[in-house]
Amino acid sequence: MMGRTIFIDPGRCIGCQACVSACRECDSHRGKSMIHLDYTDEGHSVASLPTVCMHCEDPVAPCAEVCPADAILVTADGVVQQADTTRCIGCANCVNACPFGVPKIDLGAKLQMKCNLCYDRTAYGLAPMCATVCPTGALFYGTVEELQAERPGVQVADTFTFGRSEVRTGVAMVVPADRVRWPVPGGLPVVEINGKDVRR
Amino acid sequence: MPADRWRADQDGETLVPTHCCFCGVQCGMYLRVDRGGKVFGVEPRNHDINRMRLCPKGINAYQQVNHPDRLTAPLMRRSRDEDFREVSWDEALDFTVSEIRRIQQSHGNDAFGLLGGASLFSEKTYLVGKFARVALKSRHVDYNGRLCMVSAAGANKLAFGIDRAGNPFSDILLTDCLLIAGSNVGECFPVMTQYVWGARDRGAILIVVDPRETAIARTADIHVALRPGTDSAFFNSVLHVVVEEGLTDEAYLAAHATGWEEVKAKAAEYPPARAAEICGVPAEQIVQVARAFARAPKAMAWHARGIEHHSQGVENCLSVINLCTATGHLGRPGAGYGTLTGQGNGQGGREHGQKADLLPGGRSIMNEEHRRQICGIWGIEESELPPAGTSMMEMVWQMQRREIRGLIGICNNPFVSLPNYAVVKEGYDATEFHAQLDFFLSETAANAHVVLPVTTWAEDEGVMANAEARVVKHNKAQDPPPGVRTDTWVMCELARRLGAGDKFAFPDSRAVFDELRIASAGTVNDYYGITYERLEETGGIVWPCPSTDHPGTPRLFEDGRTYHPDGKIHLQVVEWHSPMDPYDDEHPMSLTTGRTVAHFLSGNQTRRLGALVEQTPRPWAEIHPSHGFRNGEPVRVVTRRGSEVFPALVTEAIRPDTVFVPYHWPVPTAANALTIDALDPRSKIPEYKVCACRIEHAEKIDEVPAPPVAPGHVAYPETQVSRTDPLPPTSPQGRGTSERG
Ligand code: SF4
Ligand code: SF4
Repeated sequence: MMGRTIFIDPGRCIGCQACVSACRECDSHRGKSMIHLDYTDEGHSVASLPTVCMHCEDPVAPCAEVCPADAILVTADGVVQQADTTRCIGCANCVNACPFGVPKIDLGAKLQMKCNLCYDRTAYGLAPMCATVCPTGALFYGTVEELQAERPGVQVADTFTFGRSEVRTGVAMVVPADRVRWPVPGGLPVVEINGKDVRR
Repeated sequence: MPADRWRADQDGETLVPTHCCFCGVQCGMYLRVDRGGKVFGVEPRNHDINRMRLCPKGINAYQQVNHPDRLTAPLMRRSRDEDFREVSWDEALDFTVSEIRRIQQSHGNDAFGLLGGASLFSEKTYLVGKFARVALKSRHVDYNGRLCMVSAAGANKLAFGIDRAGNPFSDILLTDCLLIAGSNVGECFPVMTQYVWGARDRGAILIVVDPRETAIARTADIHVALRPGTDSAFFNSVLHVVVEEGLTDEAYLAAHATGWEEVKAKAAEYPPARAAEICGVPAEQIVQVARAFARAPKAMAWHARGIEHHSQGVENCLSVINLCTATGHLGRPGAGYGTLTGQGNGQGGREHGQKADLLPGGRSIMNEEHRRQICGIWGIEESELPPAGTSMMEMVWQMQRREIRGLIGICNNPFVSLPNYAVVKEGYDATEFHAQLDFFLSETAANAHVVLPVTTWAEDEGVMANAEARVVKHNKAQDPPPGVRTDTWVMCELARRLGAGDKFAFPDSRAVFDELRIASAGTVNDYYGITYERLEETGGIVWPCPSTDHPGTPRLFEDGRTYHPDGKIHLQVVEWHSPMDPYDDEHPMSLTTGRTVAHFLSGNQTRRLGALVEQTPRPWAEIHPSHGFRNGEPVRVVTRRGSEVFPALVTEAIRPDTVFVPYHWPVPTAANALTIDALDPRSKIPEYKVCACRIEHAEKIDEVPAPPVAPGHVAYPETQVSRTDPLPPTSPQGRGTSERG
């Protein structure tokens, strides 16, 4: 069963990018953010979704699997590390292999960089920097039990399907709890603007 | 070792506990200080308010402490045609004092004014008020909190006799129905969102009243996208339904409120059908809101600038209070009201006398008894204490008319923050002398005669009161750079040179705070029991706190009594009237303004921090797809004050009759070149949130100017990132569109 990891809850994300700024501040790759924020329905809704490394478990992380230089190491506790600087040849195979679009290449340095679950912080019992600051809890660090204690009824998903292949990940997505919702009236038809008929 | 004090000792770095310098949430944070005593980073802090959370502004705030744009020497010029030159403190202060004397001798004491700021520590805001009245002997003092939440302050004072939020943030977690009106919590108070989502997790109904679909509106159970400037019609109508359906708490009203019959009679004039027409929302929504709010065992209402920045801002807030009172949702855990303050010390900044009509402890400057008390503490004759002055915008009008000829500004940037820029510029240009205290050269300071470099929040200690009225202590993390002085030192030194030195013998913030405590003792805003030591121990105390063994008062009215002498809630009749700038064929739409998550107020600070500039490098005009614009196309927004061209952000998340422009930038990309300088008659808050406008196709997008820097400094390259790009590299909160499909 899942240990202490990040849970991503897109329903809570407000797109503030605190996670992006925080990632830039953490010590493992200072100055660069390894998170990106996606807007899932641009122009229609402000919905946003942070993407951090999913730390794939099964099969072996695709990025690590395709690395010809064996630069991407996976620790015993399932954290897929950033490329080892002494081994990485900057070929970008990992970038192409990752189904979630996570690893980045610093072309100048010929080096792959990615989220390593803030190893420098988690080793001291702290949450990764992004999950520490996220003002909304869209990024939550802890166990599934801790998550469910805080958010009654939520379910999590840690298996994703891409075509015929399935990937089980160390980082999980939160599936919203069922709840009774009030109907929200849709947008108004544009017939008048401040009293003026604009249907020409 | 607490978990959030990781590694501090190992690396020779220290972590100084303090709070964010920006918004009214006042998140706790540690500043990371290196061996050399310089701030170099931030670490989240497990403080009650934010529990480790920070927004991007908070995370990047530390970067301004040792920023290359910092002012490090006084700048001076004798006329605005000259260039600034760096001068000694003596020369700058001598010139300032001689100009104050010259202007006051020929035009009277009131010809010199002082404008403070609500990002200052409370000690400094206390000094601003005292300096104006005792050293300058002028009635003209006000502050930029006037642009922030004075409408709510006025309404709370009228209804409850106390000017602050009724409940702590943590009460939000206990409520069954949370109504948020005119507050883009996700962007303006991001860390508050955890409380909103927490309430939602526990099944609370979330109601959001806002013309835009903001991040919290997106997930609300009911999003009322009303037309800007119609809030009080909406709330009157909700109250109408509450009465019609018999959902009022008559026992509560009878025991605790006055004026209910009149309020009820007025609400009767706002049936949902009428309000639906005024507000441009479906009538059923009004009924839904009324039922959800009134039937909930515990309900809360939080609001912010969206309903306060209006020519009827006070009335809007009163209409919310009427609703809370009529349904009996006050003074209980999970039931009550609150205002989210924009500036870090928006709450504390007005409590101790820098507002034109207030003396320390929230005393009224018009009240004989209050005047006597303060004169006793200050050691001056009652006849020496000037009467009430005018509000910030009115002072600018007086500058235009040359009634105010000299001005000192502290911690404000009216060239970006006041409405109707043309008038503001004219007013400031008409002054014979203008000095500005700041740590960056703001757009306003760049127009002054004298600029005095002062400390950031990390270089001094002091207190701020957050949106819950919780007083928190900021600690000093590093020494100021050479050449930089604290605002306290500058005010005391100016006072000394003006001959009032004996009244300003304050060596540091602590000395000021001790006088402030005494000056507030026995008032509604009682700080007497709050000491620096207690603040450090407890992480914050909510006033009133009358004695050093008093725990503070996080929740108001638990015993059902308000702060009026009769202990009652004084309900006020609210009549909706249309906004001050009328619509016509030329200007059929509403322009509304607001904040983005990456920037703070006039942007003088945040527009210099690379990560924040990159996140939101420039303003835009948010419009509905029905107007036929493509994303990123230049759109000209025209009001009766002027016109500017922004890239269009085309989105369904805004009403078709409304345009939104964020306001953190200077001309020619300043929303406030377009907004109207109409004021609420009671609070004197400007009507930023609605004016008539039209939109047109345009050729070229107006470019954002770089923030001004002192002579000899080079513009910091990081802040130049993509200022000229038509669209932000990452679209703000997903509003940028690629056309569907
Ligand atoms: S910090 Fe949290 S809420 Fe903000 S963008 Fe990142 S995931 Fe979303
Ligand atoms: S700006 Fe406000 S929400 Fe953001 S970190 Fe500072 S205090 Fe917290």
